[in-house]
Amino acid sequence: MLLLLVGIVILHIAALVLLFVSTIVSAWVVNPASSSDLWINCNTLNGVTKCDTANTGVWIQAVQALMILSIIFSILSLFLFFCQLFTLKKGGRFFLTGAFQILASLFVMCGAIIYTVMNSNWVHPSLFYGYSYILAWVAFPLAFISGLIYVILRKRE
Amino acid sequence: MLSVLALTSVVLLGIASQCTAISVYTNWEKHVQVGSDVRLSCSFFSWHWTSAEVTFSWSYRPDGAKESVSIFHYTNGAPYIATKGPFRDRLEFVGNPNRRDGSIMIRNVDYNDNGTFTCDAKNPPDIMGHPSNVRLLVFEKVPVQAGVITGAIIGVVLGLLILVVAIYYLMRFLVARRVFSLSMRHGKKGKGKEGSQQRQKPKVPLVFISF
Repeated sequence: MLLLLVGIVILHIAALVLLFVSTIVSAWVVNPASSSDLWINCNTLNGVTKCDTANTGVWIQAVQALMILSIIFSILSLFLFFCQLFTLKKGGRFFLTGAFQILASLFVMCGAIIYTVMNSNWVHPSLFYGYSYILAWVAFPLAFISGLIYVILRKRE
Repeated sequence: MLSVLALTSVVLLGIASQCTAISVYTNWEKHVQVGSDVRLSCSFFSWHWTSAEVTFSWSYRPDGAKESVSIFHYTNGAPYIATKGPFRDRLEFVGNPNRRDGSIMIRNVDYNDNGTFTCDAKNPPDIMGHPSNVRLLVFEKVPVQAGVITGAIIGVVLGLLILVVAIYYLMRFLVARRVFSLSMRHGKKGKGKEGSQQRQKPKVPLVFISF
């Protein structure tokens, strides 16, 4: 039983860490000369790096907001899990925790989809997707599964 | 105690008399669409009352130029616009010096108006201070400021969350109050037969699948 609890918490924290890394690290779209992410576009030419803030466009701001919201909801869900662990009566389900975690996963999914569809507006189309982008897509199913587990889980003793 | 208070007030007065620097405030940047009017606001903070000899002075340095030209000056209660400046017929004084406001309005901006505007305000005897710069950027279409939409989306979603939580607790409170008042009425009606009301414990289902 304790092992299950620890496993679930580790899964949740893994999803949270992926979300953090994906939002903060500047590697959504990369090529040998430049990298860009939600917050900044950097170009390196002849060893000189020049960065512009990504402030053009409505859609990149929507992606920023959705990623931040998913982090907030995932943290809230972790906090609620520990609250509910001690206050839920026997046999109760962690609905609230699961709901918040599933919402967080939905926000990541929306953010990644919007980025995929609209990124031709602010990056050169020939660039490859970097690991932050891939981490965002990996974080979505992890968070979703974690949320589903919370919904199925019932409290014992 | 009184001596401490006196000492503190003397020290503060001493500090205040040294801080007679005037602080001038303008925007950092102004983003405008070509052809529209822009209001460049300038205000100041001074430890002295606004005197009748307050002066405002605006100068302009185009992007890429090294020299700045004086375009506006307010003194002795009257505004003076530079007759040979680049804004001679497009500049208007819209400030209120009594309210410490020395703003100017430039009409029909063009791409040539990109540059840095400097406002310098003086409030005698408070004449020591730094002028403040505002950068004018003229666009064909004004882009959305960074972070506005981000903040709006986050704020709306979190606000909705807080609203839902508040409504949930309100409903629970109202339902509990209604149940309480109903049970009180029930208790009063059956006062002859039942002394105290029966408390219903929430029934936990005896059968459940343990995970």
